[in-house]
Amino acid sequence: MEDALLTDWSRAQFALTALYHWLFVPLTLGLAFIIAIMETIYVKTGNVVWKEITKFWMTLFAINFAIGLATGIIMEFEFGTNWSNYSWIVGDIFGAPLAIEGLMAFFMESTFFAVMFFGWDKVSKKMHLLSTWLVAIGSNLSALWILVANGWMQHPVGMEFNVDSARFEMANFWDVLFNPNAYSKFLHTVGSGYVMGSLFVVGISAWYLLKGKDVVKAKKSIVVGATFGLITSIFLIVSGDESAHEVALHQPTKLAAMEGLYDGHSRAGIVAVGQLNSEKEIGDNKDPFIWEVEIPYALSFLGFHNTDAFVAGINDLVYGNEAQGIESAKSKIEKGKVAIEALTTYKEAKKSGDEAKAKTALATFRANEQYFGYGYLNDEKEIVPPVALTFYSFHIMVGLGSWFFMLFFLILYLSMVNKLDGKKMLLRLAVFSIPLGYIAGETGWIVAEVGRQPWAIQDMLPVGMATSNVSVTAVQTTFWLFAIIFTVLMIAEIKIMLTQIKNGMEAH
Amino acid sequence: MFEDLELLRLQQYWWFIVSLLGGFFAFMMFIQGGQTLLGRLGKTEEEKNVIIASLGRKWELSFTSLVMFGGALFAAFPLFYAVSFGGAYYVWMAILFCFIIQAISYEYRKKPNNFLGQRTYETFLYINGSLGIFLIGVALATLYTGGNFIKNDMNLSSWTTETYGLEALLNPFNLSFGLVVFFLARVGASLYFMNNLDHESILKRARVQLKTDALLFLAFFLLMLAMLFLMSGLAYNSEGFFVVEHKFFFNLIETPLLLISFIIGVGLVLYGLYGALFKNATNAVWFNGIGTIITVTTLLSLIGFNQTSIYPSLSDIDSSLTIVNSSGSHYTLVAMSYVSLMVPFILGYIFVVWKSMDQTKITSQEVESDAHHY
Repeated sequence: MEDALLTDWSRAQFALTALYHWLFVPLTLGLAFIIAIMETIYVKTGNVVWKEITKFWMTLFAINFAIGLATGIIMEFEFGTNWSNYSWIVGDIFGAPLAIEGLMAFFMESTFFAVMFFGWDKVSKKMHLLSTWLVAIGSNLSALWILVANGWMQHPVGMEFNVDSARFEMANFWDVLFNPNAYSKFLHTVGSGYVMGSLFVVGISAWYLLKGKDVVKAKKSIVVGATFGLITSIFLIVSGDESAHEVALHQPTKLAAMEGLYDGHSRAGIVAVGQLNSEKEIGDNKDPFIWEVEIPYALSFLGFHNTDAFVAGINDLVYGNEAQGIESAKSKIEKGKVAIEALTTYKEAKKSGDEAKAKTALATFRANEQYFGYGYLNDEKEIVPPVALTFYSFHIMVGLGSWFFMLFFLILYLSMVNKLDGKKMLLRLAVFSIPLGYIAGETGWIVAEVGRQPWAIQDMLPVGMATSNVSVTAVQTTFWLFAIIFTVLMIAEIKIMLTQIKNGMEAH
Repeated sequence: MFEDLELLRLQQYWWFIVSLLGGFFAFMMFIQGGQTLLGRLGKTEEEKNVIIASLGRKWELSFTSLVMFGGALFAAFPLFYAVSFGGAYYVWMAILFCFIIQAISYEYRKKPNNFLGQRTYETFLYINGSLGIFLIGVALATLYTGGNFIKNDMNLSSWTTETYGLEALLNPFNLSFGLVVFFLARVGASLYFMNNLDHESILKRARVQLKTDALLFLAFFLLMLAMLFLMSGLAYNSEGFFVVEHKFFFNLIETPLLLISFIIGVGLVLYGLYGALFKNATNAVWFNGIGTIITVTTLLSLIGFNQTSIYPSLSDIDSSLTIVNSSGSHYTLVAMSYVSLMVPFILGYIFVVWKSMDQTKITSQEVESDAHHY
């Protein structure tokens, strides 16, 4: 009971800090490139209006960047403070990308950030422009390494289990670095950041146009924002497709939860919109949906690039499906428990110097090694993540992503034909879409992280085994501490940001 | 190249790299020291703005150095990372809290409608520079004095006190280490201002402040050194762990390279202080800074070499950590060693950027004319 409570509070704290951090990171990722593009136009054309535009967006960038750092430092150290078993068991693999992130990305960002903001009169125009680009590249490099680490958690590769140290060890750095899952996650995640940056620029520029304020600069900004947004939202859709394909290959339970699919079948369709039946239980015969609109064949095609492909449902994954060669969770749990027992026997035999016994135990362990993580589960249904949260988050994310594409297209088209003036409804929608961008980003991470529960490392390490052995009170204390401080800081950030926007672009 | 090295050599190399990062972070702490001097050296709003502008252009590097220090420990010595961070929970969380409130304070301090008011953000900077730095000193001191943890056969650890690390505050050595770090940061700050600012009234106060802080720094440094050289340390061999009297003193004199670097490091720090106090030298920050990096690197290296425990367990001697039993695998250390070759390149661009940004000293005119000043 105490262990379950500790796991839940540790999860809650990680979710809280990650969700707060992700409120600020996407804007940094996207706005950094938009600013760099704007400054490039200034350097190329020599038009000082572009310099003023660049400086305005830079001010908003800095306000957001600061709170991104504040919420980010906890993320790095939380692996140690709250997930210390995790840090030992997979630290040999997971620690490397985090350290490389610091070395390659953070130093670049923090060094050139100072030039970007305070170097206008201290370095040459070209050096300043280079610094702005390096801040953008640095922040994206940071995302690359953290998503290499996260991609490895979703699809662990390039490692082996060392029975003597009782941990996973890296066997191939290049497999970890070039893990396809990491790249699809990286591209999709930074893509969402680029779209968020574009929504921010388009939305705020639209607000100026509605108010008739700073019209020239707002029009220039909205063209850059919408162009960048349109290109990157196409990129987002393509990378999203690849990301879903990776999920289908390596995280079938997450895919089933994303789609509310209980009984798997070939030629599976995607539920475009629908309402889940809250009374539906794993293994019963109730319809999972109250109502739904389905696109036939789409799930088989998107998941496996083949309309005839079989897509496993939650029931198949829990209870097994012999015809499709899917092993039941119960069987995996039993084999996992054999692996755990064999490892304990091996350690005891080694300690007492009984080499023969150790050898036999090791052979048993190796035969069941791939199920090791399952041995820490007690019930077969534990392999299923929260279906409703995963399903709705996924559908909200996809729906909003499609809307953003249309928004950028309309804004850009009307800007190009010089008909944006007077399109008040569209401009209002653009303003309203800023918070929608944040919702889309957060729901995307909910799909990624809630959808892979109960695993910290997919199929290898359940979250219950990964926590630190601290008291529930300690974690509760820090949870509330972070909840309060991050909320206060976010209120400050929003108030400062809104005031700067209200003051207008001329002030810069 | 690195593949051919034995695991022990890689572990030693990485302990040295971690120590070096610790040294670099200790140097960068002049930012935190400066934050605690904001009210003392800046009596008017204009003076405070100049001080904040000077610190504000470099604060992120001190923040990054701390993150890098943690990241390197995680990658190279994951068991230490797991045991210390997951066990001395309250201490590390308090440190993180002090750095969270630093991160927004420069940017938000003077912004209109900033919700908490300018004084709150300045208080945040003070807390970061005082409590944050003091606690980091205490946490680092536990590498010598140990922590209350145990680990099982699977190398999973747990803390044995409900205070989760706060008990370290009862150890006199830990406290004096924290105070040394705090006053070192303030000394570094005054020297930095003398090099970076062109503002007579601030510099005048900085010179006076330096005298007090240098005296307190030297007093606590000598006290800390005396305690360090007199204290027992934990050694190990193939049989297990055992206590050795004056372990760290013997580590120093039995390792000539460390002894030489310690003398050079302390010499440079003292030379920097002499120059600033008696010759009004404006370049003292460089001597003091390089001396700090060398001295701190040496002091941290003392723990990792000569068969010494890097984190003794006060609850179960056999649970103690060494560079051997807490490190990453040979493969990971080799991979990370190649990555570490980037360090000179990174230091190079930091140097070039600082040089171009610090060509002229900061004046109040420059700060007031900059639309984006903090």
